[in-house]
Amino acid sequence: MLERPDGMQADALQKMTEYAYQRDNLRGLHRELWFHEQGDRAWLVVTRNTVTHEIVKVEFADEVACHD
Amino acid sequence: MGFSGWRVLREGLRGHTGWAPLWRAATPKKQYDVLIVGGGGHGLATAYYLAKYHGLTNIAVLEKNWVGGGNVGRNTTIIRSNYLLDGNQPFYELSLRLWEGIEKELNFNAMVSQRGVLNLFHSDAQRDAFRRRGNAMRMHGTDAELLNAKAVRQMAPFLNYDNARFPVHGGLLQKRGGTVRHDAVAWGYARAASALGVDIIERCDVQGFDTTNGRVQAVETSRGRIEADRIGVAVAGYSSEVMRHANVRLPIESHVLQAFVTEGLKPLIPGVITYGAGHFYISQSDKGGLVFGGDLDGYNSYASRGNLPVVEDVCEGSMSIMPMLGRARLLRSWGGVMDMSMDGSPIIDRTQVDGLYFNGGWCYGGFKATPASGWVFAHLLARESSHPTASAYRFDRFAAGAMIDEKGQGSTPNLH
Repeated sequence: MLERPDGMQADALQKMTEYAYQRDNLRGLHRELWFHEQGDRAWLVVTRNTVTHEIVKVEFADEVACHD
Repeated sequence: MGFSGWRVLREGLRGHTGWAPLWRAATPKKQYDVLIVGGGGHGLATAYYLAKYHGLTNIAVLEKNWVGGGNVGRNTTIIRSNYLLDGNQPFYELSLRLWEGIEKELNFNAMVSQRGVLNLFHSDAQRDAFRRRGNAMRMHGTDAELLNAKAVRQMAPFLNYDNARFPVHGGLLQKRGGTVRHDAVAWGYARAASALGVDIIERCDVQGFDTTNGRVQAVETSRGRIEADRIGVAVAGYSSEVMRHANVRLPIESHVLQAFVTEGLKPLIPGVITYGAGHFYISQSDKGGLVFGGDLDGYNSYASRGNLPVVEDVCEGSMSIMPMLGRARLLRSWGGVMDMSMDGSPIIDRTQVDGLYFNGGWCYGGFKATPASGWVFAHLLARESSHPTASAYRFDRFAAGAMIDEKGQGSTPNLH
């Protein structure tokens, strides 16, 4: 989600295609990016249940990027 | 036995004791030539056309729940072929032509009603875009008429013509568009396929694929292992979940789309009307209920229900273009899970697993596509080559940059 492939690598076309177009599309717990547009304009990583719509966890995207 | 006026009369005189179930309740055999996963409209149509036109009869359709219980019974029943792009328009026109003959083909009353689809426009720029689309349709042999505001007012005098922000400048009308009784489509195809020897197996959940040596051998189901030479998957809404069993990752996200119906009213709305300035569309069912809908809820969801902000948004759209709707009482709202693809267009193609074929990514255009989807998927399964009208619906179009993106939104599935 946060690891954009290196566009200069030899396999960049395949990696970029997967990054831009392929999705896991999980039924159940699912991690995704949200933009807090009407608040502090932060990017957030939200862990959400796609069946119940329950929000399980919210993290700052920059902190997730530093930890991963 | 066939349906006819004479048959209805005869059964009426016999106390309706001669009617039989529309299709056989089949138990799974050990092996089939072709297995279709998904007993919705597309899967049943595929099985029917395979049996009728490709000489294959050892076919089964596996349905997780019951026939007619999925998206084929949850949509807003609209049929039309008013697309702009070359990759789409011939396919949807094929579908509309198949709709026009479907009742004779299946000997089943699907209540096909070509009452017209009118797309309203509200600015000069939108008129230009609609004129371009209408011309593209006519060049593909489809009917399209550009109406001015006066002609629209004659058809639909109840619209809000005096809206200062979004005045009605006219509309693009496709008279051959309209509505079809959605569950009758599922029942009609199931009945006709079953009569040709297709096994329709309900309450049969596919839980895995056996793919030895890169070739699909069988499916593991809640009713045991079933072997097959070729397997076609048509389970839109749940495509990613089913294809994950075969390690096929898809350019698809599942989203929920809501629909609404009011109490039954006297005949009021002549055809299907879409609002060009907000995402809102409406038609009237034969029972009198006003059937309408709008945008996706906007976030990935497998819940067959939506949330209230979109209910409010759709109702605001309705009040903006059709203020009289404020007096109608809403009877029911519901949600359906959509396969939203990365360019808003479907995928009908073979997969990297030999013998495994995929049909999905229908976004919210799946119902109108039902007959053509079955027609071209049957062609692909029987002949192992794409039908000419579906030759653009390939997996490799994303890597090749050959997207079929009617809205020009890019890989943002919630915006298509």
